[in-house]
Amino acid sequence: MTGTFERTQTLREWLTDNEPSSRTQARFGRAYLSWRSLSRNPLAMLGLIVVVGLILVAIFADQLATQSPFIGGDLRTERLQPPSAEHWLGTDSQARDIYSRLVHGSRLTLMIVVLVTVIAMPVGLLIGTVAGYAGGWLDSVLMRITDIFLAFPRLILALAFVAALGPGIENAIIAIAITAWPPYARIARAETLTIRNSDFIAAVRLQGASTPRIIARHIMPLCLPSVIVRVTLDMAGIILTAAGLGFLGLGAQPPMPEWGAMIASGRQYIIDYWWVATMPGIAIFVVSLGFNLLGDGLRDVLDPKAAR
Amino acid sequence: MSSVNSGYEGGGRTRALFSGLGAIGRVLSMVAITILGLLAVTFFISRVVPIDPVLAVVGDRAPPHVYERVREEMGLHLPVWQQFAIYVTNVLSGDLGTSVLTSRPVAQDIARYFPATLELATLGTLIGTVLGVPLGVLAAVRRGHFIDHLVRVVGLVGYSAPIFWLGLLGLLVFYANLGWVGGPGRLDISYEYMLTPVTGMVLVDAALTGDWAVFRNAISHIVLPASLLGYFSLAYISRMTRSFMLNELSQEYIITARVKGVSEQRIIWGHALRNALVPLITVIALSYAHLLEGSVLTETVFAWPGLGRYITNSLQNADMSAVLGGTLVIGVVFVAINILSDLLYRLFDPRTR
Repeated sequence: MTGTFERTQTLREWLTDNEPSSRTQARFGRAYLSWRSLSRNPLAMLGLIVVVGLILVAIFADQLATQSPFIGGDLRTERLQPPSAEHWLGTDSQARDIYSRLVHGSRLTLMIVVLVTVIAMPVGLLIGTVAGYAGGWLDSVLMRITDIFLAFPRLILALAFVAALGPGIENAIIAIAITAWPPYARIARAETLTIRNSDFIAAVRLQGASTPRIIARHIMPLCLPSVIVRVTLDMAGIILTAAGLGFLGLGAQPPMPEWGAMIASGRQYIIDYWWVATMPGIAIFVVSLGFNLLGDGLRDVLDPKAAR
Repeated sequence: MSSVNSGYEGGGRTRALFSGLGAIGRVLSMVAITILGLLAVTFFISRVVPIDPVLAVVGDRAPPHVYERVREEMGLHLPVWQQFAIYVTNVLSGDLGTSVLTSRPVAQDIARYFPATLELATLGTLIGTVLGVPLGVLAAVRRGHFIDHLVRVVGLVGYSAPIFWLGLLGLLVFYANLGWVGGPGRLDISYEYMLTPVTGMVLVDAALTGDWAVFRNAISHIVLPASLLGYFSLAYISRMTRSFMLNELSQEYIITARVKGVSEQRIIWGHALRNALVPLITVIALSYAHLLEGSVLTETVFAWPGLGRYITNSLQNADMSAVLGGTLVIGVVFVAINILSDLLYRLFDPRTR
């Protein structure tokens, strides 16, 4: 930290200082204020707890799981057991412990969300900012491509891509990412259009900054908050799409403990052994709800206009 | 949601859309470009398939000259742009290829399966609109009260729960345990072939022929999947209605009406809702389009013989022309609904004239 942090000043005073003396202090101050208004929203905090919980469960899956997620027990005696002290959420048709499979499945869910975001967000951001800043024919071409991808319903397009690439979790991630970027491009472009003509951009340009530099260093950072909000709100949708692909047998392949595929495997037993399909559904629901609540809260903090 | 907003902008930007033929031409050319783009995407997908289409026809023991001949017959030796041109011409003349699975033209298959999807999605949208609009209005009027929280919860559950999971639970509770509704499929097996298809929509066909036993049976089968889709559309429609109504209720003309002594009921239902209905058209159309898509998973759960199940079935059998044909049809319907809602929007909103 910079030398402005004097001993007489408490951390909170340093953060809420009206005249920050360095860029770092201003940034931390902004983050602190956002955090304060987010933490006043109980539903958003609930969402944050769920998301953090998901991350912790994914990290400590080996410690939390009571049994192996892949190797089941005795097929003669331990198949399709109802929830009990030994198998907290029961066992599935392969005599595997459903709780342990759910715990390990959190890794897959988290991986899907992270990878889709890492692929789709930079693409959307780049296309949106370039289109917005360049304008003219480049803008028309890029936005037309975006519109074409928006015109396809997401699940159907993902289905078609998985059909072409072959089933599997990697291809499901690629397919979802291909369908996820257009809204981010739209938002980034809209933001860029409002920033493009502002004075500070003109000043940077007069200083001789190149176009790539202006876009990467000055426009993209300002577009980031609204894109991040949109991504957070989208995460539930990404999880649901991935689960849907898994349910149709196109996502993660057995014996991977992917939640959607687990529902599909419990489908034929639903009438007599309800827990096999019900438990993974609850997991999907809770995690999506968490992302939705957090996304709503973040939107209220970062974009007060949309909060109504 | 972004599409709704862009609907707003679009309404403002092209105010005098219907003022000239040139404007109509512009819309048409935009539609043409979008459809061409859809075709390019499906064409591209069919090219990245790792399966060699020639090998699929001749088998892997065919001598090279047979392989070459079939390759030429299929037009695969031509440059890519020429292949694309052939593809576009074929599709435009209604030829979507032949399904490997059913060995019928894909277009014929789709015409057979589409009515079932249409029936389900239409009923779902009806349920969602009839319940969702009043719920959203009440939530806006009684902001912060019970019904407002209810709409919020309904929306959150709708955005967070996997539809196929809710469908399975619905079957477990209402079909297996309570016996209130019919099981998977459109009709009981005993009724299956009693109906002569006219429109392909069971409810309509049964009503047309006056076969009320079949009609009742069809209702008992469709009620659960349609309510499920209706729930998801309700979640979206009620939330948007609420926000549109809040926007209208804060306008000055509402204050004027109150000052003039207009009754509160009339202000809400006669003045505010009437203005909120204009953007709602877009929302309802969008949710309709999404139900057509959401039916892929619902149809799988409920063994509903619609387009979504046709696509997934073909997919599991590596029947690419069927998958791409279905994808293309849903994409075109999607575009058509979007354009229709845009046109309706301009028709109903006097400010855009």
